[in-house]
Amino acid sequence: MQKITKEQLTEKAVSLLRDGTVTHVLGWSAGEFDYDITPAVFSDEASLRKSFVWNDFCGANFSKYLVSKTRGIEGKLLVFLKPCDTYSFNQLLTEHRFDREKVYAIGIPCEGMADIDKVKAICGDGISSVNCDGEKLLVQSIYEDAPISVSPSDVLAERCVNCKSKKHVAYDELMGEDGDVLDSARFDEVSRIEAMSPDERFLFWQNELSRCIRCNACRDACPACTCEVCVFNNPRSGVENKSPANNFEEQMFHIIRAFHVAGRCTDCGECSRVCPQNIPLHLLNRKFIKEMNECYGEYQAGETVGSKSPLTDYTLEDLEPGEVFDRGDINA
Amino acid sequence: MQVKEYKPLIVAFCCNWCSYAGADLAGNNRLNYPAEVKIIRVPCSCRVNPMFILRAFQRGADGVILCGCHPGDCHYTSGNYFTRRRMAMLFSMLDFLGIERERTRVEWVSAAEGAKFAATMTEFAEQVAALGENKRLEDLRCKK
Ligand code: SF4
Ligand code: SF4
Ligand code: SF4
Ligand code: FES
Repeated sequence: MQKITKEQLTEKAVSLLRDGTVTHVLGWSAGEFDYDITPAVFSDEASLRKSFVWNDFCGANFSKYLVSKTRGIEGKLLVFLKPCDTYSFNQLLTEHRFDREKVYAIGIPCEGMADIDKVKAICGDGISSVNCDGEKLLVQSIYEDAPISVSPSDVLAERCVNCKSKKHVAYDELMGEDGDVLDSARFDEVSRIEAMSPDERFLFWQNELSRCIRCNACRDACPACTCEVCVFNNPRSGVENKSPANNFEEQMFHIIRAFHVAGRCTDCGECSRVCPQNIPLHLLNRKFIKEMNECYGEYQAGETVGSKSPLTDYTLEDLEPGEVFDRGDINA
Repeated sequence: MQVKEYKPLIVAFCCNWCSYAGADLAGNNRLNYPAEVKIIRVPCSCRVNPMFILRAFQRGADGVILCGCHPGDCHYTSGNYFTRRRMAMLFSMLDFLGIERERTRVEWVSAAEGAKFAATMTEFAEQVAALGENKRLEDLRCKK
């Protein structure tokens, strides 16, 4: 359950609109169902009061939206950032992707977001509404008379189970309390795959990647993927906007996508969240993060503005590519 | 009937300033290395982005080797230091996806090291031959 309430956020947004600090508000509005929340830009009090939403399904990372939504507006844009979003916020500033002056950022605490697939696994299909009684999620399905009560901790999204930090690293103003950088177990799954034999790894990934329909949602949602023209939109690449023809194209898309964001990926988890095929893209990103941490020293993208990613840096004593495999314990 | 001996196709990206000259020297000195090694000249080892390596596999390579100047000797001062990190990460990712790690390699070969070039290629070709054809990162549409 979220500690901060929708009313608090709405009032905050309204007061900032009224006193002219901001002219627009980037927030959430209801989608077709209670759980498919859609990002929206509000510019007046009435629409805010009418449509602004805040609940356990407000997972979208707003940092990326700043790139397009701050263009062409007069005045400032108010944005609400969860702790993980603030890392992407800093990373985008590092890459000069939006104008800091045009943004008024409010850090909001986050208790973790719910994954609708996990809710469905418990409650079945046909969910007509999801409400919260302050403690539990009340899931009403068209097949049941009474709502099923679900504990938020049982349906926590993967990225929130392995949350790396509840601390905000960027904001103009903070609502609620700031948290700490957490000691997460986010690399455990990567280690588990590394411990497999190459054949098992190959089959594991073939099984995962072959589901990809190349909808490009992972790229479009990723705050590190802000290229004006993406390589995968190149008509001469042979893979432009079409589903993968064979396993080479699947592998290539995923290797290249993960490589392009390596060192810049803040592990915000958006890519896995938006994937309609539930492909665990975070494992590819985390593999890179883990490798860079082990080979080139601990690095968290977005922790500070202006930090240098390991792949744009070097030392004279770096490991040779062959030696990376000689470290022993990994990729057994 | 004669069974054709399997010869792996090797793509060798060689930087213009050291390794390509090293390959030249190997030729001038009439040192043998497998004819299945196809050299692609690049201005600097750091010109090679991950897509090049994947494309080589797609178009039928069984092994891909990237050669550049020794660390410290890059014609552009630091190109090969970036290469070193990038390729370390890329190879590690290929390995993570279950693609045989013996199919990829980075080697530093100077313009004076014709013998090293020939020996490296021979050895790498043998290593790849032992693995057999590249099946895990192949594109059947590109097969002849
Ligand atoms: S979001 Fe999922 S299905 Fe869509 S392109 Fe990315 S990995 Fe493929
Ligand atoms: S690759 Fe995924 S986890 Fe990394 S920044 Fe992009 S969306 Fe976030
Ligand atoms: S996949 Fe690569 S080229 Fe495409 S948007 Fe992401 S970083 Fe840019
Ligand atoms: S010029 Fe040879 S590696 Fe850069």
